[in-house]
Amino acid sequence: MRAVANDEKSEFDGLAFLCLLPSLLYVLCMFVYPFLYGVYLSLQPQKVDGFSFANYLAFFSDPYQYGTIWITFSLAIPTTVVVLLLALWLAYGMRRGIFMERTVTTILIMPISLGVILLSEGILGFYGSQGWFNQVLLALGLIKEPFILTHNYAGVMLALFMQQFPFCFLMLLGYISGIDPSLERSARMLGATPSIVFRRVMLPLIAPGLAIAFALVFVMSFAVFPSAIMLGQPAGTTRTISIAAYQKAFEQYDMSAASAIAVVMGLCQLAALLVIILFRRRLSPAATMGVGKR
Amino acid sequence: MTLLLLTQKRDDMNGPGETLDSLKLGITKRYGNKTVLDNLELDIRKGEFVTFLGPSGCGKSTALSIVAGLIAATEGEIRLNGARVDHLPPEKRAFGMVFQNYALFPHMTVFDNVSFGLTLKPLSKDEIKKRTDAMLKLVQLTGYEERYPGQLSGGQQQRVAIARALVLHPRLMLFDEPLSNLDAKLRVEMRAEIKQIHAALGLTSIYVTHDQAEALSLSDRIVVLRNGVLMQSGTPQEIHDRPKNVFVADFMGFRNFFKVRIASVSDGIAEGVGDGIRIRARAGADVRADTDMVMAIRPDDIHAGREVVSGAEDVNGRVEVVEYLGREQEAAIRINEHTRVWLRTAEAIRTADTIGLQFPVDKVVLLPAE
Repeated sequence: MRAVANDEKSEFDGLAFLCLLPSLLYVLCMFVYPFLYGVYLSLQPQKVDGFSFANYLAFFSDPYQYGTIWITFSLAIPTTVVVLLLALWLAYGMRRGIFMERTVTTILIMPISLGVILLSEGILGFYGSQGWFNQVLLALGLIKEPFILTHNYAGVMLALFMQQFPFCFLMLLGYISGIDPSLERSARMLGATPSIVFRRVMLPLIAPGLAIAFALVFVMSFAVFPSAIMLGQPAGTTRTISIAAYQKAFEQYDMSAASAIAVVMGLCQLAALLVIILFRRRLSPAATMGVGKR
Repeated sequence: MTLLLLTQKRDDMNGPGETLDSLKLGITKRYGNKTVLDNLELDIRKGEFVTFLGPSGCGKSTALSIVAGLIAATEGEIRLNGARVDHLPPEKRAFGMVFQNYALFPHMTVFDNVSFGLTLKPLSKDEIKKRTDAMLKLVQLTGYEERYPGQLSGGQQQRVAIARALVLHPRLMLFDEPLSNLDAKLRVEMRAEIKQIHAALGLTSIYVTHDQAEALSLSDRIVVLRNGVLMQSGTPQEIHDRPKNVFVADFMGFRNFFKVRIASVSDGIAEGVGDGIRIRARAGADVRADTDMVMAIRPDDIHAGREVVSGAEDVNGRVEVVEYLGREQEAAIRINEHTRVWLRTAEAIRTADTIGLQFPVDKVVLLPAE
């Protein structure tokens, strides 16, 4: 029996399959089926019998519709980049611990626990033209006109930033503080200044974590919906692709067209993920060998 | 041959002020109220191999990190060739350091790891390659250039770490327990290699370890630390044969300690009485009768023989425990209800035997009472 132990691996293992079954069922019921059903739905337009790409053709021939792709990217990409850079900067600075670390971390991650709607309401109140932010600046005489930070592009950016930053920061902090501190010390002993240490030693090791953080933040930002409506201009500059799908589904009751838009949205997210994965491979080939973290 | 070439090269490379003629330490480190280094004073000369020896938490690694510039001293100064260097960041000190966990860059190949420091200097690619190749040859890793650290054994990784530091011709090498992650056999081999490299390249080194055998075999000078306080500093022979206090003696393998009162001192020999036994030791001029002291002897130095009927300082004892060590045995011998001694002997002894013990006067050391 021992001699064939190697072959057993490729054989069907009943117990392992049984253990896998619950998660497999979950993924099938909650993801694969709805997803495939959506794809199927998108290919069966309301006004046409049988399969057709009419919904997709309609989407891509109407600038009001396909323009949402650009609008969404122009919100998601800058948000992701800003969130990532700030989180990286802060997490890198805190990698060896700082004074009152717990308190600072708690404050930084507070927005996660509040939920999108409460956060958006808060931003509306605080940053609105009658809000504290502008009132104080006006009272101090620093500005003559209030900053318009709500019901426009900036408002959505602000909301997205506040939702995504804590999550991204936490993730990077965990990743960076997991890197062996003696690597940094040994680089310093070999003559590297702190900036060279960051560029040549730490950044390549952080890169896989950055790539994952970028992917997650981007995907979540790309699906922006409540804050785009509450803090943006849902009929104009912040009419994101999820709003377009929502309008099709619940204002025009065209589930089929809405599904098509949702599929396009999914493809856009997938495309961005592929770019990240390729970029990451180029950036640090060794990190993908699983030696990035000890 | 390679060694010779590198030595030559090294002398050419170093301009004036680039070498270490002397290193003078006087450092104190406190964390809050806790003093981890209490005014450690030390002079290190060119070419010396100095070891900081002590149990964990004695401050030896802290001292090394302060010399390296990785942590700042609370008080005191470090002078290199007379000039203060304690304000310099580590990258400006031109010291090399080898870490306990190797600290190789996991995303770089062996070649890139070793050449890392060189690429930060204004050197041509050819020069970098030449020096890196020569260094890899020195540590016998030619052919491993394209491997990643994760693909090397512990011993190979430590060689890369040593090469990476040496390739920069550091004026001082710092070793932070470099061998403690290796298995026993490899540790002895690497120990010999480090010693050989130190001598061949004419390095000046500070080495941190908790392993007394390592300290004895490598060092020109051993500095024994305890709770941040220097307990003794001297050549390996001095530390081994003439420890100055109970702590150093205990650390260096004296396993038998007797609290005695000096009964008499004559002709440079002190006789101590205590714990129901009478022992003699060579005494310095400052030893006075009627003082409390401690006498110590190593298990290997006690002579065991047949039962004795009577004798000035020979005693009988009953064997309680025998540990087999291969070539010899270590045994615990009960002399009386207060005293049990450990000895090593190649002769066959069995539990419950009664044997005679002799404490040769030249092997017993006299230490101040704690």
